[in-house]
Amino acid sequence: MTTVEPAAAVPSGRHQSPPAPKDGPARTARKNRDWVHGLLMSAPALGGLIAFVGVPFGYAVVLSFYNVRLGSPLEPTFFGLEQYRRLFTDPDLSGPFLRALLNNLTFAVVVVPLQTGLALALAILLNRKLKAIGLYRSLFFLPVVFPMALVAVIWRLILARSGDGLLNSALHAVSFGNWGAFDWLGDGLTAMASVIVLSVWQGVGFQMVILLAGLQQIPGELYEAAQLDRASRWQQFRHVTLPGISGTLVFVALLTSVLSFRVFDQVYVLVHGGGLDEDATRTVMYQAVTTAFDQNNIGQASAITVVFFLIVVVLTLIQRRVVRPGTEDRS
Amino acid sequence: MTTTPLRRLLDHLVLGLLAFVFVLPVLYLLVGSFKPSDEVLNGLSGFLPTHLSLDNYTAVLNSFDSDATGYFWRFMGVSVLVATVVVFGGLIVNSMAAYGLTRLRWRGRGAVFAVLLLLMLVPFEAVAVPLFYLFNEQRNTLYIQAVPFIANAFSVYQFATFFRAIPPSIEEAARIDGAGPWRTFFAIIVPMSKPVFASVAILTFLTQWGSFLWPVLMVSDPSVRPLPLEMSVFQGQQPVDWGQVLAFGVLLVLPVLIVFAFFQRWFVQGVAGSAVKG
Repeated sequence: MTTVEPAAAVPSGRHQSPPAPKDGPARTARKNRDWVHGLLMSAPALGGLIAFVGVPFGYAVVLSFYNVRLGSPLEPTFFGLEQYRRLFTDPDLSGPFLRALLNNLTFAVVVVPLQTGLALALAILLNRKLKAIGLYRSLFFLPVVFPMALVAVIWRLILARSGDGLLNSALHAVSFGNWGAFDWLGDGLTAMASVIVLSVWQGVGFQMVILLAGLQQIPGELYEAAQLDRASRWQQFRHVTLPGISGTLVFVALLTSVLSFRVFDQVYVLVHGGGLDEDATRTVMYQAVTTAFDQNNIGQASAITVVFFLIVVVLTLIQRRVVRPGTEDRS
Repeated sequence: MTTTPLRRLLDHLVLGLLAFVFVLPVLYLLVGSFKPSDEVLNGLSGFLPTHLSLDNYTAVLNSFDSDATGYFWRFMGVSVLVATVVVFGGLIVNSMAAYGLTRLRWRGRGAVFAVLLLLMLVPFEAVAVPLFYLFNEQRNTLYIQAVPFIANAFSVYQFATFFRAIPPSIEEAARIDGAGPWRTFFAIIVPMSKPVFASVAILTFLTQWGSFLWPVLMVSDPSVRPLPLEMSVFQGQQPVDWGQVLAFGVLLVLPVLIVFAFFQRWFVQGVAGSAVKG
């Protein structure tokens, strides 16, 4: 790297004067080399991203227009929009997919306000000076580090259908023996609720930490001023806390909605062994995996992937649009 | 704000109670992993610490003892190996790219960065199916579990945000002393960027350790099966040996808990930072 020396030595004189522009003409010599180094430095990451994100994603779009099956001796045939038509309108084939879409929507519509609200309540509760407050925060954050496959197994025991399941026996105890065994995971009415509860339990600490960081940026003087004005606790919440955290709150809600559409692990684990009602809980990703893996129908699974991506991208773009003013630093 | 001792006691009571209820599932996991299997799924007495022993743990370590069942230490080894490659490979590759894109001036870097931001929009779930199809011949290998996750657009973005805030005078000084971009990066920038390396490392490790969707698609051979996938397979076998399943679960989460205990500050910063900057 010694070859850079003479070029690098030139700007040293220029930079004696503080307001010198960053891109002085004397730097052109070095800039030329930076081109090589810059490209070399970014090449491995860029190559990886193109190979494992860019190309596969483009390929998914292409595959969705074909009738491709894994392990099929037949050549893939061009299918046009047939996969999409089947997904949305075919009387025989669209059922599971539309159900998955509806389930996922239900999941998102319940989880986003529930989890964001709970996280906000916890964040407010934990945003105070108290001995061992760090310990309390850690305890609520704890499930976030648990792999979802394990969380599903723990909740499989809690929600077990036998009278020995934790929830069933707790209800049995508080109802003085009037509560019988109920199959929380297997019953179509409560299956999705079960998945929602365990997902919120696992994830709420994540949103809590983000909101806590947001709360701590609200200047303490604002609360002092509000107290001088004899504002009640509710008024303080309504007129100081909420406006101070609204940006973070909207961000968290949108982030949670993106995450809601990526749900897969817990549904898969609980269906494969936990007796979870498959039809009531299949999600878009679950549908994509079963279509690709169990049915070897790559074309259709790719079409599901594309639909999934469109949902996520719309949510992400809304998120970026909404959050940009204020919280975003320059980029 | 002044707080009276009574008020503080009340705070502790409320928070303590809430936290206790919240971590009950974790306690249940822990207690159950030390109990005989037939006493785990046993109503509320599943919480009672009766007949505790390490039997489940020794059984988990010894009962996976053939090629058909796989070996516990192999599951652990696969998980550790894959996570190590993804975390450390990712730190090198992504930080280097971020440096090249933010601190070196060259034509086209803006366009490259824009492509990167676009790729950040694509969650792994959106490429899982085509990747599964493209790499079907490589199923049940170790490298296909790790390599696709090394380059990470979001990590590059996190590094880039940090590097942008470094004053240019620091690099100027290094360059005057004759250091090229590579030496400047590895000898000056990396050592002063420990916080971002720590939080990216932890966030990557956390995501990778629990990784499930990709192994479901790509791994069927027990000899290259990572822990979370085996967790799913193990709990799906009838009849379920609950004591052992829970002991397995504890062993699955233990490495993350240890990392969490030691690097808690970075965990929270990494997670909070991931959101604020995302």
